[in-house]
Amino acid sequence: MDNVVSATQNDATPETIKPLYTAKDFSSGQDVRWCPGCGDFSILAQVQRSFPQLIGEKKENIVFISGIGCSSRFPYYMNTYGYHTIHGRAAAIASGVKTANPSLSVWMATGDGDCLSIGGNHFIHLLRRNIDINVLLFNNKIYGLTKGQASPTSSHGAVTKSTPAGNIEYPVNPISLALGMNGTFIARSIDKDTKHLQEMIIRSYKHTGTSFLEVFQNCVIFNDGVYDLYTNKETRDDNVIKIEHGKPLLFGKDNSKGIKLDGWKPIVLDLTDGKNSVNDVLVYDETSKELAFIMSSFAENPSLPIPIGVFLCVENRPTYDSDMEAQIKKAQGNAEGDVEELLKGNAYWEI
Amino acid sequence: MEDKPGVESNLTKQKSASSETVASKPVIKSVDEVTIRFAGDSGDGMQLAGTQFSDAVAATGHDVGTLPDYPAEIRAPVGTLYGVSGFQIHFSSHEVYTPGDEINALVAMNPAALKVNLKDLRKNGIIIVNSDAFDRKNLDLAEYKTNPLEDGSLEGYNVFEIPISKQITEVLKDLNLPLKTAMKCKNFFALGVVYWLYNKSLDYTLNWIKGKFSKHPEILEANIRALKAGYYYGETTEMFTTRYAVKPATLPKGIYRNLNGNEAVALGMVAAAKRAGLQLFLGSYPITPASEIMQNLAKYKKYGVKVFQAEDEIAGICTAIGASFAGSLGVTSTSGPGMALKTEAIGLAVISELPLVIINVQRGGPSTGLPTKTEQADLLQAFYGRNGECPAPVLAACSPADCFTMAVEASRIAIKYMTPVILLTDGYIANGTEPWKIQKIEELPEINPNFRTDPEGFAPYLRNEILARPWVKPGTPGLEHRIGGLEKQHIKGNISYDPENHQLMVSLREQKVRGIANDIPEVEVIGDKEGELLILGWGSTFGAIASAYDNLKDEGINVSYAVLKYLNPFPKNLEKVLKSFKKVLIPEMNLGQLAKIIRMEYLLEPLMLHKVKGIPFKSIEIENKVKEILKIKK
Repeated sequence: MDNVVSATQNDATPETIKPLYTAKDFSSGQDVRWCPGCGDFSILAQVQRSFPQLIGEKKENIVFISGIGCSSRFPYYMNTYGYHTIHGRAAAIASGVKTANPSLSVWMATGDGDCLSIGGNHFIHLLRRNIDINVLLFNNKIYGLTKGQASPTSSHGAVTKSTPAGNIEYPVNPISLALGMNGTFIARSIDKDTKHLQEMIIRSYKHTGTSFLEVFQNCVIFNDGVYDLYTNKETRDDNVIKIEHGKPLLFGKDNSKGIKLDGWKPIVLDLTDGKNSVNDVLVYDETSKELAFIMSSFAENPSLPIPIGVFLCVENRPTYDSDMEAQIKKAQGNAEGDVEELLKGNAYWEI
Repeated sequence: MEDKPGVESNLTKQKSASSETVASKPVIKSVDEVTIRFAGDSGDGMQLAGTQFSDAVAATGHDVGTLPDYPAEIRAPVGTLYGVSGFQIHFSSHEVYTPGDEINALVAMNPAALKVNLKDLRKNGIIIVNSDAFDRKNLDLAEYKTNPLEDGSLEGYNVFEIPISKQITEVLKDLNLPLKTAMKCKNFFALGVVYWLYNKSLDYTLNWIKGKFSKHPEILEANIRALKAGYYYGETTEMFTTRYAVKPATLPKGIYRNLNGNEAVALGMVAAAKRAGLQLFLGSYPITPASEIMQNLAKYKKYGVKVFQAEDEIAGICTAIGASFAGSLGVTSTSGPGMALKTEAIGLAVISELPLVIINVQRGGPSTGLPTKTEQADLLQAFYGRNGECPAPVLAACSPADCFTMAVEASRIAIKYMTPVILLTDGYIANGTEPWKIQKIEELPEINPNFRTDPEGFAPYLRNEILARPWVKPGTPGLEHRIGGLEKQHIKGNISYDPENHQLMVSLREQKVRGIANDIPEVEVIGDKEGELLILGWGSTFGAIASAYDNLKDEGINVSYAVLKYLNPFPKNLEKVLKSFKKVLIPEMNLGQLAKIIRMEYLLEPLMLHKVKGIPFKSIEIENKVKEILKIKK
């Protein structure tokens, strides 16, 4: 093991040591085949830029698993181990990889159709089991690869190729779903907020257990502008709120607004009217599931800003993969069982 | 020649005391083979009584075949015809291939059990009934207008009426057990009677009870008393005039144990992983009749086995594929409906060229079909049930113990050829048992995973002389690469939509699987190597075919038989074998699926015998078909 790695193990601060890799080391060099202007480019770039900061994690230990869809081409562009599997099953295959070899850093790239529609069952059980996998959900609220049908996150009323008269379904709230499945790390970011996205990728990595990161991603062809409200310079400050642990929930230009709870009901405070100050604003606690649920419900309330950041992060739950290893170690004691004895069993006879 | 009854002193006293009251000791008649069926309500403990008896007779050197038959309902309403649970044991002084066609003795714990099973009893066969259960209510439930014990309808059988419930109440009186608990011992009373009747020691079951109920002294005592009471009921009453003794078989020397097919598959997988030096990973979802494989493997943590009980059948196979990608031996176990759900993922394993073992314990279909009954109707599904040109090797186990051998073979082929392998068993051999000669790991065929670690000249779809691609464990430096379900560029493994490349890759995958024919045993013909008629079977029809062959031979009728365990690809000599006979008869528990493939592959017109009833062939059914073909009077 080289010096860089052992330095990390001695808890040296990341700033003092040289990363093992540069962003370029994570590029596979294959032609990237997304449509020009696709939000996926930004996600790929932020992953490649943030990965050198996963100090000590060797490239060969990183595995990307994906399902089917535009987002699922992701592994081909990463110079790590990768497996582009079948529609909806990335969570199941990733679960097998991580359970079989918990020493790997397993990442899953998926989309709203892949993860929440055809793969919904695997996704919810992944969260419930808390397998130490990092899930990147590219949510563009549309089926892109099949050219523009409604997805499970498409808004009610959305006109798409499969809903020409408007969508009569109501969308999944991925954050609420993950909370309901007892997820232990639940976060959201936006493709265009590159710095925030990098920060969230690193936080996902650092969490032990299933990390779920929803990324608002713009589909330039079939759903262009769906997140404009959150990305346009003119509107984003009033419509996006960054959640940060231990900090007041402020938003708006120059943090002119804040969130406070009136009972269980979140309300917006105007901090410029002289009546309220930052001291009246709710201070966020990312270990509170109650707060996380309240923040996740903002997505359904147009009068509230959309939260990005870490909704929930709890570190005290053991992972499925480590518990399985522990059961095996316990059963084995000092030595692995003798298979010959197993084959013989207790009720044998000799002829 | 009487086995030591294995009962302790106080009962020995009872025995000597009682022997004075017995007018004449029953005659012990030596017989060559015996088939017994225990039948009762699904809560009557008949499976346990049957298992105990078969394990005990196997341990005394007999060859044994068993078959449980139980309803899909866990506890069907008491006394009903559809709630009857049975367990059949065939043991013999020679080799046993099946659980037996007709039964010599039937233990019926209630009228429904008698009604359901009587049709399989031989003329003059023995019926042991719990006469206490033949009350009006139970007779009505069994749809008997009159009591068969009284109306003469059982004439021609040897009926022994034993008031088992009353006997149990009496013998357990001073233990003050709740009635429900006491009545649970009825099965051991019946078992005791059967042990006595067939001149077998109680030792095996006594030891089992002592181990099983060591923490419940009252239950332990109750069961021991019930067992012994049954034994001495036989001894002391003048009811039975004949006892039966079967000489032990002359099996090859070695250490044996009894196994059912599901146990054998689980052990075979553990043994194969050990032989290959790999971690075993099972991804599976509960389904009848395959769940036992998962349950057994879940117990084997001590041997490093990882079992992932998935959220559905698809996740079952996908987690196993993930584990194989990570460098473990991935396995998934299921039955027909689950197999249908796994098909897309099998295609992924085929194009990714990863080792994987898929076990299908076939049951009656289509759809939910007959969950607890047996069938062989998933052969075409195994061959062709996927999108695209998607070849996968298909193997089939032919008996309970053979499930071990074929699980090892499936693993060997999967790892060596980097391919998913489908192993077909079925409900019949999964639940049936037979003695298995325990094997040593070093006696198993060699299995070398050959993980690639050298980055020099590496490409993910480089192929070796048998067209297998390299297996690389993630974590290996310098070999980072991507694979997936999209068509691969030959050698390099990048995505390729090139028309020429696709045809090449489709052909390479097909050739790779075809080539396995060079690496499997030739099919063996039993009997003359050429002639009038060959009976060709696959998988679990082996037992009935082998018995039929023996019986026909005894009658002087000359046929040959062969049983396929390697189906895709077929053994290399199969065509020659088939064309050495004027006629080929294929008995199958389906509507002719192997026959269809044989016809297509070799342009032959095989004769067929179908049975799709959820129950295995009787050898007599095959014998009759052979006689019909050869125009011999039955």
